[in-house]
Amino acid sequence: MSTTAELLKQASELFPDEVVTVAHVRHFDLPLGAGRFALITLDNGHDHTKPTTFGPASLANLNTAIDQVEKEAADGEIIGVGITGKPFIFAVGADLKGVEILKEYEHALAIGKGGHEVFKRLSQLAVPTFAYYNGAAMGGGVEVGLHCTYRTVSAALPAFSLPEVFLGLVPGWGGCTLLPNLIGPEKAVSVIIENSLNQNKQLKGKQVYELGIADAIFEGADFLEQSLIWTAAVLKGELEIERPVIDRGEAWDQAVAKGRFIADSKVHGAAPAAYRALDIIAAAKNGDLQQGYDAEDKALADLIMGGELRSGIYAFNLVQKRGKRPAGAPDKSLARPVTKVGVVGAGLMASQLALLFLRRLEVPVVLTDIDQERVDKGVGYVHAEIDKLLGKGRINQDKANRLKALVSGVLDKAEGFADADFIIEAVFEEIGVKQQVFAEVEAVAPAHAILATNTSSLSVSEMASKLKNPERVVGFHFFNPVAVLPLLEIVRGEKTDDASLATAFAVAKKLKKTAVLTKDAPAFVVNRILTRFMGEIQNVIDEGTPVEVAEKAVEPLGLPMSPLVLLELVGPAIGLHVSETLNRAFPDRFTVSPNLAAVVKAGKRGFYVYDSGKPELDPEVAALLKQGDTVLTEEQVRDRVLDAVAQEIGIMLDEGVVAEAQDIDLCLITGAGWPFHLGGITPYLDREGVSERVNGKRFLAQGVASVPA
Amino acid sequence: MPRTVRDVVFVDGVRTPFGKAGPKGIYHETRADDLVVKAIRELLRRNPGLDPKKIDEVAIAATTQIGDQGLTIGRTAGILAGLPQSVPGYSIDRMCAGALTAVTSVAGSVAFGAYDIAIAGGVEHMGRHPMGEGVDPNPRFVSEKLVDESALFMGMTAENLHDRYPQITKLRADEYAVRSQEKAAKAYANGKIQADLVPVSVRRTNAEAGETGWGLVTADEPMRPGTTLENLQGLKTPFRVHGRVTAGNAAGLNDGATASLIASEEFARENDLPVKMRLVSYSFAGVEPEVMGYGPIPATEKALAQAGLSISDIGLFEINEAFAVQVLAFLDHYGIADDDERVNQYGGAIAFGHPLASSGVRLMTQLARQFEEQPHVRYGLTTMCVGFGMGATVIWENPHFEGDK
Repeated sequence: MSTTAELLKQASELFPDEVVTVAHVRHFDLPLGAGRFALITLDNGHDHTKPTTFGPASLANLNTAIDQVEKEAADGEIIGVGITGKPFIFAVGADLKGVEILKEYEHALAIGKGGHEVFKRLSQLAVPTFAYYNGAAMGGGVEVGLHCTYRTVSAALPAFSLPEVFLGLVPGWGGCTLLPNLIGPEKAVSVIIENSLNQNKQLKGKQVYELGIADAIFEGADFLEQSLIWTAAVLKGELEIERPVIDRGEAWDQAVAKGRFIADSKVHGAAPAAYRALDIIAAAKNGDLQQGYDAEDKALADLIMGGELRSGIYAFNLVQKRGKRPAGAPDKSLARPVTKVGVVGAGLMASQLALLFLRRLEVPVVLTDIDQERVDKGVGYVHAEIDKLLGKGRINQDKANRLKALVSGVLDKAEGFADADFIIEAVFEEIGVKQQVFAEVEAVAPAHAILATNTSSLSVSEMASKLKNPERVVGFHFFNPVAVLPLLEIVRGEKTDDASLATAFAVAKKLKKTAVLTKDAPAFVVNRILTRFMGEIQNVIDEGTPVEVAEKAVEPLGLPMSPLVLLELVGPAIGLHVSETLNRAFPDRFTVSPNLAAVVKAGKRGFYVYDSGKPELDPEVAALLKQGDTVLTEEQVRDRVLDAVAQEIGIMLDEGVVAEAQDIDLCLITGAGWPFHLGGITPYLDREGVSERVNGKRFLAQGVASVPA
Repeated sequence: MPRTVRDVVFVDGVRTPFGKAGPKGIYHETRADDLVVKAIRELLRRNPGLDPKKIDEVAIAATTQIGDQGLTIGRTAGILAGLPQSVPGYSIDRMCAGALTAVTSVAGSVAFGAYDIAIAGGVEHMGRHPMGEGVDPNPRFVSEKLVDESALFMGMTAENLHDRYPQITKLRADEYAVRSQEKAAKAYANGKIQADLVPVSVRRTNAEAGETGWGLVTADEPMRPGTTLENLQGLKTPFRVHGRVTAGNAAGLNDGATASLIASEEFARENDLPVKMRLVSYSFAGVEPEVMGYGPIPATEKALAQAGLSISDIGLFEINEAFAVQVLAFLDHYGIADDDERVNQYGGAIAFGHPLASSGVRLMTQLARQFEEQPHVRYGLTTMCVGFGMGATVIWENPHFEGDK
């Protein structure tokens, strides 16, 4: 195995910062007098907060461990080999940092080969091998186990997945090839494609067993002991392990076709990973493992050298790291405690906010509105939602009682807000109305209370301008549906002080939202970019390009929905309102579409009808459209739209709306659901040359969300 | 309300293999509560007919009730073992006789009718909790000469016992210890011990202690089969210059846990649970703390008297071997030979180890197995000495007894 060792040694020189996993080998006698056993423990020497990963030096360590047990097995010194992880963690796959630094195709190819060459030895020993999935197992962690003869899983295992496709890779250390051959293509597609594309859904131990990935399941309290007793029984021939026969006929092709359908519906052909994985799964039908491994190596190398994966890793890190430590947030020690929350307004948005604050902060929440009926309705909504949570078993009766007792509604703001620390308004989007509301609140609220506004387009500074204490006003802009979209744009007004801002960030963290600090600029981040994007689509339609052409033009981006479907979701009236706001602020770049105005005036809720099951232009809308005679091709439309987006982001960064392009991307990913393979959007604009064309420079340095120079 | 005292039985008992305390010991990186959990779960696995909801109590003993042995370990270990939340638990302490006291406490409650079935056991991780951890003896003990200073050091009390019985020489103690190792090795060879052990997975990260990574413990670590008199005679006497007590003729410092099921006989029969021993009587006695090893003698006197039995009625003895001298003092008192085959047939704590509060159930588990093999024996006893001058004895009847044939 010297070639593998050499390959890994070379690779490890490229990655000196690897957190190296050691493969400990320990010997002992199995129960039942079954014989001597060697157990490999994967352990990076840190606690569970730094999960075990595989970089080249880690693989080399595992390779050395296998050298040892291979010899012992050949010499008849042991009757079996097991592999397991440190407490709570089995192994969570390849070290992504080691992937990010790769610049050469050959090195990328070596990553795949290195993993295969080491892992597959576990299936070639003179004795059976056993993987004991004791804790979190992802990617290469799952795959190392798939090469073993048998597997057990802990019922306490919290997370098990092949997340490669989610990031922009394929399970390329045997996953695509071995998993369909073990559990059948349909289940394999579900794990490799569907779960990955479904926001990287994780399996629990019980599901791992039910899917047939593990041959046995044991409770967490004595998982390893019971696994080893089971191992002894298997090795003594006292237990026969049966696995289902896999249908290698048409069912295989159907499963792959279903996978393609799922991929199309999620990424619309815009990201290659899912399709590459499906190609390998399709080919695995013939059971030729080596052919599969070779295909995996090639797919890995191609994807590692491609922009989608780099964007995916970048996006993943944004969400996991920057999303948890917001750039520009003041020191958290400045934050004031929030022990009571006031909500001005009891409409739907206000009620949703009340529910969110209630559930996450578990402090008294008081709703106010202009009449008792509205107040009752707001409180009633919150109570009904609590009952729904209770009905679904998400909370128990005690918690439901507690939450219901915490929410109340009053007409008199003085009564409701006198001891509130954080008051958020969600009233009509009109600056005069909001100023008046804040003035009323300031008159009755404690001097330290934060006054937050959920405005989507009005100026926070202007809203604060007439107050005695404008320094405590912050923008707190949620995205609909509030319970689903993670983003919270926190807006610093001209006079907002650090303590108020720190309190806002502390509250956001408790709300489990991804907070991004933005300047008090028109429509902040997401709405500004989306409006510019939609505005340009609307412009080309108004100028004469057919609706279908305009819509199809941006399909290659793989956005979660087409522009006009998104407009329908937002509501044409709101879309129009935001475009008017931005038009007032930036008349040279933001237009107000007369066609959109007409659609809104006609009371239409969208451009499409769905009578045939697919979206088709509503004839009534078609009749309203007044188009020019400039017809663009899809490519021309796409260029115009992307140019507009690149220009707008460039201007926003120049204006200092957010600290860096990374914040723009984080906003688009968590507030608009823009995909990982675009990295939000700036990595895509960089790699397609749009940034250079429009702004004369990249948004991100080469090597950030791209292959390093 | 009239009450009837109910017959109490020992249904089953298990233990973890015992380890050597200290950085190189097998359990050095294993929590004490986890040891208890493994034992409780094994007990339930071995008795699948027992609905865990019916368990009325979990009494777990530990001498040092700090950290992973604190927090009312009888309750926490029950939850960690996956027992229903409705099953309560508590902690108990009588130092070395902790598990024994857990058994007698729940047995009393079973007899009274408060419980139908309970788990009783003990744990001591002397590596994580060295003897004397956190103790704060009242200064009056010394200032008012309530006890001699040596009373706090078990090894010194053993030397004191040698002083009291000059006929118990170091040679006799060493010979006894060699026999204990021999008997234990033989019991292992015959599979008498392993059947009541639960394997425990153990992690090791310190390479100086041996191979690192996860391992599996299936046997007692302290055992020293092949020990000879010559080996023992060269050992130091750490408690007194020219003393008699050595690491070879005493139990070591150990880690381990035990658990047993104690039930009313009626409940056991109704639920098709095994009846391995029937409780006859139990007693505790206090003696001078300086010679705590004498404790088993008055405790046994009381227990025999309660049962209306004499020492000649006892066919099997399981005496905890904290120190060889303490066993020999007991044997001399009753005129039993040092190598009497009724005594500690499988060897004792000198070989297996003595994780303080866990040991009582080990004695019972071994006696139960001997009862099953020897249906001609009607009565047996388990006895141990206890720190600060106490003894504890439980007398058991063999349900397999076939009558005087």
